[in-house]
Order: sequence, then C-alpha cells, then structure tokens
Amino acid sequence: MLKGKAHKFGDSISTDHIIPGRYAHLRSNLPELARHVLEDADTAFASKVKPGDFVVGGSNFGLGSSREHAPLVIKMAGVSAILAKSVARIFFRNAINLGLPVLICDTDKIDDGDELEVDLAAGTVKNLTNGAGFTFGKIPDVMLNILDEGGLIPYIQKHGDFKL
Amino acid sequence: MGKTLAEKILSEKSGTDAKAGDIVIAKVDLSFVQDTTGPLTVRTFQSSSMTELANPDRTVLFIDHAAPSPSSALSNDHILLRDFSRQSGCILSEAGDGVCHQIVAEAYARPGDVVVGADSHTVTAGGLGTFATGMGSSDVAVAFGLGKTWFRVPETFKINVTGDFQKGVSAKDLILHLIGKIGADGATYKALEFHGSAIEKMSMSERFTIANMAVEAGAKVGLFASDETTKKYLEAEGRGKDFQPLAADADALYEKTININVTELEPTVSKPHTVDNTAPARELKGTKIQQVVIGTCTNGRLEDLAVAAGILKGKKRAPSVRLIIAPASRRVLLDAIEAGYIKDFVEAGAIILPPGCGPCLGLHQGALGDGESCLSTANRNFEGRMGNPKSFIYLGSPATAAASALTGEITDPREVM
Repeated sequence: MLKGKAHKFGDSISTDHIIPGRYAHLRSNLPELARHVLEDADTAFASKVKPGDFVVGGSNFGLGSSREHAPLVIKMAGVSAILAKSVARIFFRNAINLGLPVLICDTDKIDDGDELEVDLAAGTVKNLTNGAGFTFGKIPDVMLNILDEGGLIPYIQKHGDFKL
Repeated sequence: MGKTLAEKILSEKSGTDAKAGDIVIAKVDLSFVQDTTGPLTVRTFQSSSMTELANPDRTVLFIDHAAPSPSSALSNDHILLRDFSRQSGCILSEAGDGVCHQIVAEAYARPGDVVVGADSHTVTAGGLGTFATGMGSSDVAVAFGLGKTWFRVPETFKINVTGDFQKGVSAKDLILHLIGKIGADGATYKALEFHGSAIEKMSMSERFTIANMAVEAGAKVGLFASDETTKKYLEAEGRGKDFQPLAADADALYEKTININVTELEPTVSKPHTVDNTAPARELKGTKIQQVVIGTCTNGRLEDLAVAAGILKGKKRAPSVRLIIAPASRRVLLDAIEAGYIKDFVEAGAIILPPGCGPCLGLHQGALGDGESCLSTANRNFEGRMGNPKSFIYLGSPATAAASALTGEITDPREVM
C-alpha cells in the first residue's frame, strides 16, 4: 500500500520539463541533476516533494526524449508512483525498468495536494481528501514481472534472459 | 491474413508468427547510444551481471550531442565512452563525425533489421525499412549484452500519401501536417507505415525526414517499404549487399488508414510549445524571429542544404537574425562544400557548426535568450528545449527556415522563391 500527497501537473509534460537538456552536463552527477527535477513545469517541486508522494499528470505524460534520467530523477525524489491519463511509450518503459510504477487512470479526480492511497496489487486508488475511489489500467504482464523484480537490471540479474 | 511491415520484421527477428498485440523477444541487429544517454547506459551495463557485448561490431557509441564538448563534465563523459569502446571492442563515432541517426542511415541500418538506440529519434532509420526505435539506457544496456529485447508488436496506421508537392512544399511540411492532424499522442504505441504514389517518388532523404518525426506523434516506428530508391541509396553508400526488398502484404490488417493529398499541402509550421500545434506558414507572417537553425537529424542532409542554399545564395540574412547551419554528418559537410553551398551560406551571413546535433537540445551552440524566438528545421519545440524555458521555438522546413532568415520573420518560402 502506497500513501502520499499528489503533485498535480497538466497535459503533455515532456522530458524537457522533467529534466531539461541544458543540464546534460550533470547527467554523471545524479544527486546534482535530481535537484532540477520537473523544474520547467514547477520550479518549487524539488523543494516540496516528500518521499512517498505521487506525481500526477494529465495526458501524454513523459513525451519526448529517451533519456532515462527523466524517470530516474523522479524516482530519486522519493516519488512512489506516477499517475497519468496516458503516458508516452519510451517514458513508460523507462520508468518500469527503474522499478517506478506508472499507473494509467482518470487523474481528473485528483487535485494538487490531495492525499492518495494506492493499492498496487488490487489496482485501486483512493483519494483520501475527496473520497473518490477508482481503478488504474492493468500493467502488461511482461512489465509487471520487471517491476516485481525492482526493474530491468535486477530482473536480468535474476533470470539471465527475458522470460515471457 | 497478411502482415504489416512491423509484423513482418518482428516475425522474422523473433522466429514467431507475430501479430499486432503479441509480445515477442526479437534479435537486435544494431544497438547504439549517444553522449547524453551513453554514460548511464555504460554504467548500467557495468553494474549488471552482463560482462561482454553480444555483438561488439554492431554496437556503436556516438559523440554527437555535445560535440565538441562545451564543458569539462561532458568531456569526462566522452572519456568514459572512449574507454568503454576500447575495453569492449565496440565502435566509437567521434565528435565531428555527425549525428547518430544520420550515420546509422549512411553506414549501419539495413532493410528488415531491428535497431534500438538510446535516443528517441532512432526511428529515422525506418526510412530504410528498418524497425528502429528509441529506448532508455537500461533497455539498450540489456540489448548490448544479450543482443535482443522484448517488444509489443504494434498495431499499424497506414498513411496513404498521394498527389504532387507544390513548389516550396516538402516532406517536412507533410510530417508536420500529419502530426498536427492526429496529435502528439495520436499514434502512441503504434507503427506508422507510409504508402502511396507520393511516397514511392520520394528520395531517401525525404523518407528519413518523415520517419525521424514518427515519434513526435508518439509512434514506436515510422516504416517505409524497401524499394528501388532504397537499393540505389545503399549502393551509393557502398552497401549494395545490405539491400533486400521489403513490403507489407497487400492484405495486411491496419488499425486505420489516413489519406493525405500533398497537392493541397502548404508550407507548415509547428508553433510553441508542441509539435502538433501547426499552422500554415503564411498565417504566421509578421512573427519576428532572432535565430534560424538549418540542420539536425530531421533536415541536415545534402538535399536540405541544397534547398536552403537555393534560397540564400547571393542574398543576406536579415541583420536581426542569427543563421546557424549544422550539417548532419561529415559526409554531408564535405558534399556541401563540394557543391558550393557552404560558401553560399557563409556569404549570406551564416554560422557553420561542426556536424552534430548543434543547438537542437539546448546544450550549446545557440541557446536562446529570454523572450527570443527561433525557427528551426529540428523535430521538437518543447518549452525549454533550446536551453531556455522563456524562449519560443517554431519548426519548419529548410525552405521556410531559409526564407525566414532573409526577412527576420516567419515567411512562407513561396514569397521568396
């Protein structure tokens, strides 16, 4: 069971919003890079996010670059899951590969600052602030298996290969 | 039931009868990284249980995004890539050689191949009939070590393109128009497959421009049949043996078909801050710009520079505009010198950058100031993309870019041709 506060963003949050290319020189200094997480969408995000919180987006969250640094700095901020109406393909796969759950659901029922409770196994989200309860879309089995191992590298470490 | 190009290639590479929706494990024919995603890929690989590359001679590290390096931190990242190349035996493409996607097209990708790259514009090689797609560092690290990856076989949108481009209108206008029509997430998880008489007549350079931007509609791949044009291109690159004809089956099943007649198409521009925010260039007349960029993996090939030089030759850029030219590869630069285009650009007041990604991703070589606007031939105009969230990026064709450099405002190229 995951519990934390929602940080709400709009539609089309790109990888450039999440971690802009102008910080490419910090990509080998991850703690420093992570200080700029989501800076171009909300300059205060890095200072207000708490471990266990949720990033909540609208449609097409994470569009753009293949940079795995984007989900990585969100994970480093202590975020326990990303909730969005829809998510861009490469970002989705990258987040799961890092062991960061991405849950597809109707985020209109969530406002900035709401307290959420997520049951990953049951596939449910409860908005403790407004009482709304809803479900999120099933993560494909192949990705769920990777997520269950904590990401792609631990998965390969354990299985030595892809297992369908 | 017949197969789409994506189904055909993934069937072959997975040894299964792959259909849209299936999950397959496919052999990877080429895997690569660039200098902003490569260091994480290398560290991920080194921290894993994998020790050797599956195919060192089909594994490439490109130094193109920060080339030459603007900072000591990025220079150190380049050292890490050079060291890994030496230790692992894989190929290194040095600063100045050019943009990864252009070199993959010139030297590596083959029709029917599966290519994965740690860069979203890996889709460019779809112009050759290659199932080429962008992935993150972990996925590419695993492809480095295992020589395979998993895919969900995508459903396919058939894009049927007919008619003849009018003067001043090109492949870039077509792909911007398509993205404007279906939206930046209009093809998420899907394959785009390009068909029709206008596609059959297209050069490889134009096909690469279109395939390059498939990801801007969310697509996994943008695929073209491998035909006589493909064959001639590969032969010209000294890779005639890499050719194989490849086409979708006539009875393949498509999720939808989108018809476009390019005869009616106008010069098209994407406005800030999303690629699908399109408008005819003529409607943006009067929009002042301070910078023009002609180049990148989208439009940095010889044909693109030829179009721009045709408009700029013997003229001068507007005094208020910085005109930046970034050839996509060393080969393109050499050919452009040979053809006289570089002289035309320099005389028109342009800045010539070394082959590479240039200012496209906001790292160096042309970051924008507060409130400034740029007309670029690149593929992305996201907020902050060119180094400053307080700036504005418009995307257009090489013709629109060159015309706008002359006037200092967004200009329909037909006005100056």
